[in-house]
Amino acid sequence: MDTFLGRYRNLIVLAAILFAQIIGLALQVRRPTDAGETRLIRLWAVSAVTPIESAVIHSQEWVKNLWTTYIYLHGVRRENRELRAEIGQMKIEQARLSEDARMAHRIQALLAFKEQYVDSTIAAQVIGTSGSEQSRVLYIDKGSNDGITVDMAVITPGGIVGKIAQVFPDSAQVLPINDQFSGVGAALKDSRLQGILKGAPNGATTLQYIMSDEKVVPGEEVITSGGDRIFPKGLPVGRVVSSEPGKDLFLNIRVIPSARLDQLEEVLVVTKITEKMPDAKDLGPLRASDILAERLPTVPNKTEVDAAGNAKPSGAAASGTPPAGVGTGTAAGTAAHPATPGTGSNKPGVGGTTISNKPGGAVPAPHATSPDTTGGTNGTGKPKVATPANSRAAGTGAKPSSNTVPAATTQPGEAGAQDNGEASPPAKKQVKPAPEPAPNAPPEQPSTPPAGAPPQ
Amino acid sequence: MSTRVMPFRGSLTSREQVSVYEFSWAAIILIPLVAVLIQIFIPVKVRFLPIVDLPFMVTIFFATARRNPITGCLTGCVIGLMQDLFAGPGLSHPLGMYGIALTVIGYLASSLGVKIDVDNPGSRFLITFGFFGLHQGVYYGVAHALLRQGLQWSWSHTAISALANAVLGIFVYKFLDRFKQR
Repeated sequence: MDTFLGRYRNLIVLAAILFAQIIGLALQVRRPTDAGETRLIRLWAVSAVTPIESAVIHSQEWVKNLWTTYIYLHGVRRENRELRAEIGQMKIEQARLSEDARMAHRIQALLAFKEQYVDSTIAAQVIGTSGSEQSRVLYIDKGSNDGITVDMAVITPGGIVGKIAQVFPDSAQVLPINDQFSGVGAALKDSRLQGILKGAPNGATTLQYIMSDEKVVPGEEVITSGGDRIFPKGLPVGRVVSSEPGKDLFLNIRVIPSARLDQLEEVLVVTKITEKMPDAKDLGPLRASDILAERLPTVPNKTEVDAAGNAKPSGAAASGTPPAGVGTGTAAGTAAHPATPGTGSNKPGVGGTTISNKPGGAVPAPHATSPDTTGGTNGTGKPKVATPANSRAAGTGAKPSSNTVPAATTQPGEAGAQDNGEASPPAKKQVKPAPEPAPNAPPEQPSTPPAGAPPQ
Repeated sequence: MSTRVMPFRGSLTSREQVSVYEFSWAAIILIPLVAVLIQIFIPVKVRFLPIVDLPFMVTIFFATARRNPITGCLTGCVIGLMQDLFAGPGLSHPLGMYGIALTVIGYLASSLGVKIDVDNPGSRFLITFGFFGLHQGVYYGVAHALLRQGLQWSWSHTAISALANAVLGIFVYKFLDRFKQR
């Protein structure tokens, strides 16, 4: 026996060590930790290493910043000029895009779509990697002490990075989208085809589960679909590089990530995502003239009759300046804020905070303080007081709507008194009441726009 | 602490005796630790570095220098488990995958070190090249057979990685030779 043990001692030790590790593997697979839990040994190891890595990374950043910010300033003036010019160009582009966004928000509001917004983020520094080719996880210098939890989205301004896989007190492990165990709900931006973006051992990312009879063009953008409940919908993911028929019924679509996953230094951890309806602040205030034009499409306006005596459509006239006595809030003398669209009040005839989506006619007039206060009406012309039921603005108890329809104008004092009693604060600013138009009378073109409205 | 000379069991080299080196405890503890730290830290700045496996090289170095299969497989086990700690989320990368792979490598490298001269650059290159392929094979075998993970094997990638490690290994071993105590 001693001879046997002595002769095969090395092999026996090897077998024992391997056996112990295999048993350990089996136990880990058999009893995996719950989501968010971390094995104690990993917690200790990462917690021990994190301060060293953080110190090295931050000292390196400090030296780099010292050099780039205070010493090496060559070409900064020229770069500043170029950036200013670029900002100018981007402002023009932004103005154009914001119009498109407003239109999309209006449609979403009408369809009662909820939007997801990235509410708050935490900036974090990448301080480590897995150090392994088989795993592409990253370590960041923010952990549970900073409010990080498992499954939070990690992004950069360029695109998504991954999600939080494990959390430690002062650090967290990020599973990037190009890891072979990662999966992200993604969609093609133009064709709206949805699939799952998966990583591969070699670091490539592919969009899977799109049928092979679909046409996917290289260069098409890929965005998050929101289906994984981790990433908000619409964040940039990457761009299609190639699309080939796969082994099964699905296409093999190779995607190059938007974020430079191989050069990450700082990332943003999305700590809060909110879902809400598109806000009226995003839509921009609407003039009452537009609403009137929609309400009374068949009533011709005197001013619309041209020299030849042909009456123009009233909708065209509605895009002009607002009539007197409109564009006012229900509370006399209070600063009228843009109305918030209530989903129930978007139908014609409901009154209250009816929103007109007429393009071209809406000139933003935020915070229009106008003496021409009229009460909101319902569709029958009955005077209507803005209540929490028909106006979100009134519901907040703060600002009355400026987009109420004055089909029957009430005395400002009356409307204000009613509103003040229910929702609005008392009017402090003394304003001049407007002349009362006749109930259900067609609006007249005012000589001057209401106070607070921007110049036409 | 000292260099022992042990008789050669085989006749694979021209020398009749090979040296067994000793290391200080500080070197035994710190060199693997620093190797793992560099392995997880440097790729933040140089992303192609994961192709280079410093803990694997350190395992080979200690195993071939000490020429004891038991200490070789123990060294490989400890270094591999340290690498496992940082390698990934628990479900996809449980502790022991690198541990098993480096245990086998440590044992075989030290066993080979008993039989052949592993101190010259040529043999170091060949040993590193060959053992890297074996290391990857054991890792993939564990992932596939024990954990049912569908990892993709790429011969070309493994060959390139092995070549890179073998070339770099010559310089790393040369540097680590300074810690040998004679």
